[in-house]
Amino acid sequence: MTSGTYEADLVGVPETHAPTDVGLDYLRADRGIRSWLLTTDHKRIGLMFYIVVIFALILGGIFALLLRTELLTPERTVMDAVTYNRMFTLHGVTMIWLFMIPAIPNVFGNFVLPIMLGAKDLAFPRLNLASFYVYLLGCVVTLGAMIWGGADTGWTFYVPYSTTSQSAVVPIVLGIFIFGISSIMTAVNFIVTTHTMRSANLSWFRLPLFVWALYGTSVIMLLATPVLGLSVIVVALDRAFQLGIFDPALGGDPVLFQHLFWFYSHPAVYIMILPAQGVMSEVVCTFSRRQPASYGAIAMSSLGIALVGFGTWGHHMFVAGMSEFDANVFGVLSMFVAIFSAIKVFTWVATMHRGSIHFNTPMLYFFWFLFLFVFGGMTGVAVATESLDVHWHDTYFVVAHFHFIMVGGTLTGFLAAVHYWFPKMFGRLYSERMGLLTSFAVFTGFVLTFFPQFLLGNAGMPRRYYSYPARYQWLNVLSTGGAWLLGGALVLTLGNLLVALFWGKRATANPWGSRGYEWMTPVLPPKTNFASTPFIGRGPYDYDRPEEAAHA
Amino acid sequence: MNETLRRLLFLPLQRSTVAYEIDRLHYFVISVTLVGSVLVFLLATIFTIRYRHPPEEPATPNVQAGYHSPAILLEIVILAGLLLLFLTWWVIGSRQFVRLRVAPDDALEVYVTAKQWMWKFAYPNGKRAISTMYVPARRPIKLIMTSRDVIHSFYVPDFRIKQDVVPGRYTTVWFQTTEPGTYQILCAEYCGTAHSAMRGEVIALEPSDYERWLAERPFESGPAGEAYVEPYTPEEGPRPQMINLVNEGQRAAAEHGCLRCHSTDGSAHIGPTWGGLFGSTVPLAGERQTIADEAYITQSMMDPTAKIHRGYLPVMPTFLGRIRPTETAAIVEFIKSLRNVPRQGPEGEDPGPVQGRITP
Repeated sequence: MTSGTYEADLVGVPETHAPTDVGLDYLRADRGIRSWLLTTDHKRIGLMFYIVVIFALILGGIFALLLRTELLTPERTVMDAVTYNRMFTLHGVTMIWLFMIPAIPNVFGNFVLPIMLGAKDLAFPRLNLASFYVYLLGCVVTLGAMIWGGADTGWTFYVPYSTTSQSAVVPIVLGIFIFGISSIMTAVNFIVTTHTMRSANLSWFRLPLFVWALYGTSVIMLLATPVLGLSVIVVALDRAFQLGIFDPALGGDPVLFQHLFWFYSHPAVYIMILPAQGVMSEVVCTFSRRQPASYGAIAMSSLGIALVGFGTWGHHMFVAGMSEFDANVFGVLSMFVAIFSAIKVFTWVATMHRGSIHFNTPMLYFFWFLFLFVFGGMTGVAVATESLDVHWHDTYFVVAHFHFIMVGGTLTGFLAAVHYWFPKMFGRLYSERMGLLTSFAVFTGFVLTFFPQFLLGNAGMPRRYYSYPARYQWLNVLSTGGAWLLGGALVLTLGNLLVALFWGKRATANPWGSRGYEWMTPVLPPKTNFASTPFIGRGPYDYDRPEEAAHA
Repeated sequence: MNETLRRLLFLPLQRSTVAYEIDRLHYFVISVTLVGSVLVFLLATIFTIRYRHPPEEPATPNVQAGYHSPAILLEIVILAGLLLLFLTWWVIGSRQFVRLRVAPDDALEVYVTAKQWMWKFAYPNGKRAISTMYVPARRPIKLIMTSRDVIHSFYVPDFRIKQDVVPGRYTTVWFQTTEPGTYQILCAEYCGTAHSAMRGEVIALEPSDYERWLAERPFESGPAGEAYVEPYTPEEGPRPQMINLVNEGQRAAAEHGCLRCHSTDGSAHIGPTWGGLFGSTVPLAGERQTIADEAYITQSMMDPTAKIHRGYLPVMPTFLGRIRPTETAAIVEFIKSLRNVPRQGPEGEDPGPVQGRITP
């Protein structure tokens, strides 16, 4: 970007920028419970998602700790096999559909996307509210099914086990279908908003990278989610009416289900990781005070991942009985999708080069993300190598791999976003010292939990094992210890943020000195974000300009 | 070197002809993974230290815009190198994969049937075995596999082979052991309550020992153990040996996996014990009860969830169409023969489901 006349291209029109003209901030603008439950303000809807998503994380985390506790000993420790099998299904369902998929897009995407575009709200504010209630309905149905007894099929619902299991499969898949509808609503809203609601002269190539990531995510959600919805509904129909589409006893094809399931569920990994990558792009630029080494590379690789990601689902099925030719095609496509992620990694690191690096909590989470994402991603390339996958498939190596890349990536991205946007969302500062400390603990706990699982997988321990040969015990004990540490660290993180929420120091409008558009609003954004449509005449990463010019 | 790396990475023994070759690719890929992720992490750390924001300076100094073209060029070179590396792995990996999938023409064939939660093996000469597969060492063995119920996966870590076993179709896998020994079979595809207990073993014998085993008569004591039986179809006429129904029932119960969940000595297990069951009063859900007679036992085999013993979960698969009518009768007779076995619950009642232990 060239530096020109700064005065002309500031955010907001100076005369209307004073807070008195835009009204009270979004938290105080309206009062009463109705003003929250029936709000169409994207920021309030984001906060409502925030609360539910945190509860989902706590619930999924409790399931995880119970599972890990059970695995302390090779035979029974605290629960029986039937409970264990239901527990890992609920852990997967809760973490994926209740937490990871909505976590970043629906909380932070909702909150900052319109502000980043210079818009008052999303294109369809009421659809946005509806997507929250549909999501909530999904939660009620799924949690109801859990209380009903839960399913014991694993989150993958492989047929014919899922069509013959005696557990409550139908309500759980109905819940997932409902989550899918909520995802699609959000995706449509984000896509339309990005196309039509950009401020007057905000061109596509001046969009913040987080917007590109959300755009890519929304495209995947829109294309893939209907396939999942359809597949799980067919499972339910197969169960209820013996349609025989998947059940081989009735002439169906169980492997067809796997193709359909992974056609959604592999891109779903990118639904979870792309928003986290978007957060990291924002964090690394802000805290390095540097424009991204290559804006185009990050923006385009978001789209590259979104599209090529659709051609790799078969690498989940190398040993399921597909032809050698198919396996080779899926194998090589998987290698290409890894390159797009590598482009992002190199660009982030290059961005730090000759920057002016501030080491705050979000930046520390970026570091953890970098390690977990690169290691998790490279082990992904490893399991996409067909002959190696034969040994690793359905072992703890795969469990460790997807927890590193998908959970590690999403969780560190989520926590980075939680800390990074905390001052903007709540107008207060969290304790930086506690933030860094808890961040260290989260990473230590995470690595201690999942690194031993790579070795367990190498040693040949299959996943979803209630009892296991005694030779695997000490690695399991290590992993369980890590899980408790991780759980404790997350509780401390939550505590630190709750303390900050009520007693934290008042924040300024732009505590990080970021050039991102969302930081140009007052401490707490007003209800309509801007008094009038702002004129955005510079890029979101123009750190080469003097501070005053960028601030105004 | 191989042995050190294998132990360092916790890999199992290499006991098939393909294991060493696959492990070599494993070492290559994992070393690059470890070194690569540590390098990226270190580079970021070095940048953080080198370009740390000095505390006395304003929050945003004038950072220069733009990047030198050598940096972009370097990135392109690294990316091209990385793609080349990934493609190399793909070429090696896919060639090995094809080798893993295509059995040699002279392979000995063994038929494998998986069911909840056991492995059954049948040999071309009619011999059968359960849970334990005997094979000659150092000879290629091709397994032709199918499942009776849900998807299972045949996995022998020491051989580095795995193949899903799918109902309604046949899949194959092959291996050739490098030396005689006992190697664990694990089920790798989640298949229900006792998935983790669905284990078995491959016993590779010296070829001469294998021939001797193959020639053994049924019901003689041999390495196959008690679970092994001669195939029998009613069309063949009467069995060569007279077997009473109780023994036949015991054999059928073992063969169909009943005893994996039901004990015969009155002790607690996953399902109700068979000890002292016959003729007793069975409490059902909702204060109802029934008498454990022939009709109830047969119904429980064919439609297990119709009348569940109170306190037990509905996890038993149906055996409708899976066991022959004569076997059904024999199992009922076997349960009858256990009617005087004392049960270990309070007041001689059923002891209730065992908590946790699912391996018999």
